[in-house]
Amino acid sequence: MLRPDLEIISDWINANSRVLDLGCGDGTLLAHLIEHRHVSGYGLEIQDDNITKCLDKGLNVLQINLDEGLADFNNNAFDYVVMTQTLQAVSYPDKLLEEMLRVGREVIVTFPNFGHWRSRMNIALQGRMPLSDSLPHAWYNTPNIRLCTLHDFEALCAEKSILITERTVVNHAHRTTIGMRWLPNFFGEIALYRLRGAAVT
Amino acid sequence: MPDVLPVDSVGLVEPNVAHFNQSLLLECGKTLPGYELIYETYGTLNAARNNAILICHALSSDHHAAGYHSATDKKPGWWESCIGPGKPIDTNKFFVVCNNNIGGCKGSTGPTSTNPETNQPYGPDFPIVTVKDWVNTQAKLADQLNIDCWQAVIGGSLGGMQAMQWSIDHPERLKHCFIIAAAPHLSAQNIAFNEVARRAIITDPDFHHGHYYKHNTEPSRGLMLARMLGHITYLSDDAMLAKFGRELKESHYKFSYDAEFEVESYLRYQGEKFVGQFDANTYLLMTRALDYFDPAQHYNNDLSSALSMTKAHFHIISFTSDWRFAPARSREITKALLDNNRDVSYAEITANQGHDAFLMDIPHYMDVFHANMRQLTLANKANVTT
Repeated sequence: MLRPDLEIISDWINANSRVLDLGCGDGTLLAHLIEHRHVSGYGLEIQDDNITKCLDKGLNVLQINLDEGLADFNNNAFDYVVMTQTLQAVSYPDKLLEEMLRVGREVIVTFPNFGHWRSRMNIALQGRMPLSDSLPHAWYNTPNIRLCTLHDFEALCAEKSILITERTVVNHAHRTTIGMRWLPNFFGEIALYRLRGAAVT
Repeated sequence: MPDVLPVDSVGLVEPNVAHFNQSLLLECGKTLPGYELIYETYGTLNAARNNAILICHALSSDHHAAGYHSATDKKPGWWESCIGPGKPIDTNKFFVVCNNNIGGCKGSTGPTSTNPETNQPYGPDFPIVTVKDWVNTQAKLADQLNIDCWQAVIGGSLGGMQAMQWSIDHPERLKHCFIIAAAPHLSAQNIAFNEVARRAIITDPDFHHGHYYKHNTEPSRGLMLARMLGHITYLSDDAMLAKFGRELKESHYKFSYDAEFEVESYLRYQGEKFVGQFDANTYLLMTRALDYFDPAQHYNNDLSSALSMTKAHFHIISFTSDWRFAPARSREITKALLDNNRDVSYAEITANQGHDAFLMDIPHYMDVFHANMRQLTLANKANVTT
């Protein structure tokens, strides 16, 4: 059973396309896309144990640090560049987004929304950095060094003239509730975006 | 050999010799009238003859990749860590072939062999051979063994370069290509180290322009220096620090030029051990083959073009502390393969052992190697169903 956020991404991806999955983890999404969408492509991953898990799924996995950028890939080499739950863990999310749009015709990105009401309550009422299912780490050991809200992310997209073609928010159970549609930056735990470069409209 | 043979060793092995009577045109334009290749095999060739793996050796290694030649052998073959029952290159599943390359000094035709025209050892008259020449002879060995297509060609360092050349020269004859701790060509720094090694040998008064056999001697000081220099480049600073630090053989300075530091003693030992085991003319040839390797040269120096006709599934592995063939060099190969949309995986193993790491039993390396090798059987299964 695929994680529902990955199911949403899978629905966004055309069959037989070329996909680059940044921070592909154990390769679950890429393997699913190959099996069900007949895509081809590569996964980038940094953690040793995930590399072997991807290899065992028969995937083309490359042990490359995303902070080095995507210099190994040519312009428009992929139909989709996907990055799930990793944007908040890279050193230069803004530069990486530009790189993703250079390498792929379409970008799909998901991240935990720091504007979720529980995060806001943690800070407002307890005066503590938020801990949640999506953000389980303490401030001193978290890999999530670039946390942002939906508004922050959309402001960056506007600044970079990045076109948002679709946005979905889900909770940690990966369901969308009415509240999320009404106030996504308040009720959405995980944000999913489809993006294109400004030139492509 | 240990008293009780480990269950994951291929055990006692014997080399075979393949004879080739047809003359061989070399890349340098010269011809070898005929030649022999010494090789070892481990495991069993299946009836379909499609489970064969070729192992390509590096600068100073040979056909003895695994197991023991006799019960008195102190050390097993050079890649015992990776070849054997249940090991990444699993001899329960695969038929493994490893040959000594021409120009070598361990049984294949080389400078110490008799030149049929003079009935004397070839010595310095042995033509300079290249990686392409080696691949050519390995293909002829495959013909003789009735192996149409290798399930994989695997090599580390200079061996990785041969694997890469295989994918270019014989795209139809290998399914998987493992390029470990290698580079698409040598850097100026790499060539510089080779040049110092060669000068050490050539300027040794016992070299006699390469005809030292006639004088019943060998350029042992030069060969020793070359080996010592090589050893420094195979290790990392961290590995040397961990192994030797500034340890002294005795408790105090002797104010001499003796081998007072452990690291000096180690290098001298390695150098001396090498002399008597290895031929200086072969060392010159092998380093030159390294220098000349540059498959992109014939493609406007564009590695992507050089790899455009390849068909293999590539497995690239590098080691973080390898400064002789740094991870960035493996990334160059990976990028060229990505440009061609090839099936490729790339693993960068965190290891402080330097270039030599590719020979060692490092947990993540072994995990990655096993997982990569499992892809061969995955592919086999797919082939069965299609």
